Amino acid sequence: MTMSEHTIKAFDTELQDLTRVVIEMGGLAERQIVNALEALEKHDTALAQRVIADDAKIDALQREVEEKSILTIARRQPMAVDLREVVGALRLANDLERVGDLAKNIAKRVGALDTDFQPQQVMRGVEHMTDLVLAQLKEVLDSFAHRDIAKALAVWRGDEEVDAVNNSLFRELLTYMMEDPRNISYCIHLLFCAKNIERMGDHATNIAETVYYMVEGRALAEERPKGDTTAMTSVPFRK
Amino acid sequence: MSMASVHSSSPVPVVNHTASETGALDAKIAVRNLNFFYGGNRALKDINVPLYAKKVTAFIGPSGCGKSTLLRILNRVYDLYPNQRAEGEVVLDGQNILEPGQDLNLLRARVGMVFQKPTPFPMSIYENIAFGVRLYERLPRSDLDSRVEQALRRAALWDEVKDKLAANGLSLSGGQQQRLCIARTVAVKPEVILLDEPCSALDPISTAKIEELIDELKDDYTIAIVTHNMQQAARCSDYTAFMYLGELVEFDTTSKMFTTPSDRRTQDYITGRFG
Repeated sequence: MTMSEHTIKAFDTELQDLTRVVIEMGGLAERQIVNALEALEKHDTALAQRVIADDAKIDALQREVEEKSILTIARRQPMAVDLREVVGALRLANDLERVGDLAKNIAKRVGALDTDFQPQQVMRGVEHMTDLVLAQLKEVLDSFAHRDIAKALAVWRGDEEVDAVNNSLFRELLTYMMEDPRNISYCIHLLFCAKNIERMGDHATNIAETVYYMVEGRALAEERPKGDTTAMTSVPFRK
Repeated sequence: MSMASVHSSSPVPVVNHTASETGALDAKIAVRNLNFFYGGNRALKDINVPLYAKKVTAFIGPSGCGKSTLLRILNRVYDLYPNQRAEGEVVLDGQNILEPGQDLNLLRARVGMVFQKPTPFPMSIYENIAFGVRLYERLPRSDLDSRVEQALRRAALWDEVKDKLAANGLSLSGGQQQRLCIARTVAVKPEVILLDEPCSALDPISTAKIEELIDELKDDYTIAIVTHNMQQAARCSDYTAFMYLGELVEFDTTSKMFTTPSDRRTQDYITGRFG
């Protein structure tokens, strides 16, 4: 959406600044996910340590968004679309900070996952899920940068595939655990990694909702399609 | 007058209320197809807008858009000036006040007005209020005293002036003077109060007191306020009308107007993107 400029130019600069910091956060969050996954696949504990350390950068950017937003509200008393811009930036920064935390949590598990038991198929499932979530995140950040609701809606509706992969991973890991208790430690940690990635996808849909609100001025009314059935899943134990 | 009849007899611009929002909303004043002329200059163009009973309606818009002109028609203050003419209808409780033969003094008692600059009379605080009351009613002294006290209490000024009622009204501070003017308006028991930028000459504390007052007064009165302060309109009104170049661009609930206005011009104005 194109907007004419404010009479007070500094107001425009402040809003553009907010968007810039949020986009920077998004880029950092994406990089953290990529690195966390690479560390996981290659058992690269040094890279994992870097991901853990770099999370502080995302946290710092979130604080910057908060401070800038509060200053803008105090200084400009934004109304209508401007107010939604500021509120939207705050919400996006929250979601992206959480995504960063989840990536960091994956990195923390890299050490614990360095065992002899390495089922390739499960790892490929995790990689596939990560690719899907990264694509979702990229699309939704794009939709934010261009205030493109069609793109935001596509992300919002597109979370089901991530859920489907997560469901099948969940079943597989449950099965491995039943087969041999020695697999449990690995499987539990990988299960958390998969859950973390699935959560990142949920944050991408949150962001999509926020972008929609920023542009349209109303919340998405319909119920989001959801496919996560892990909460209801069990695998029967056979001797 | 029901809301429905306002709609049917004249199109009121975009009000998409739910049934619960409108409830039993009555238009105390319904402005219909109103045009106004300063000599040959058409200052208002086909204005349609309701003032709902016991609600605060804010009029916003850039200088010269006609909002003060509109307010001045609602109690026919414009009649005091030559070469000014209104066409259309301003219906107060079912009666068109623009028709000839109106008792204008009575009308102005029913529809009181407070101006941008405080305008106390150069007389005592007490007389500032009693003066107007005496024009309409003959009250024994004790009743008049209590009427003055009531009005001053209503305007949140009593505690500050009760010990100096004989002091000159002009000796008060700007904020106090404005509240004195509101007390003066309230004292004659109006039904509608028109406020034309009542806080533009006041400091933030006096402004807050006036806004608090507006909030209390709307329990009993229908209020219209013209303001250049967008936050003030957002804070103290229930409905907002945006005017531009003599036209009414948009009228809706204040919460809608300041979060998701329908018209691009409204949005540009309230977000400071105009011109």
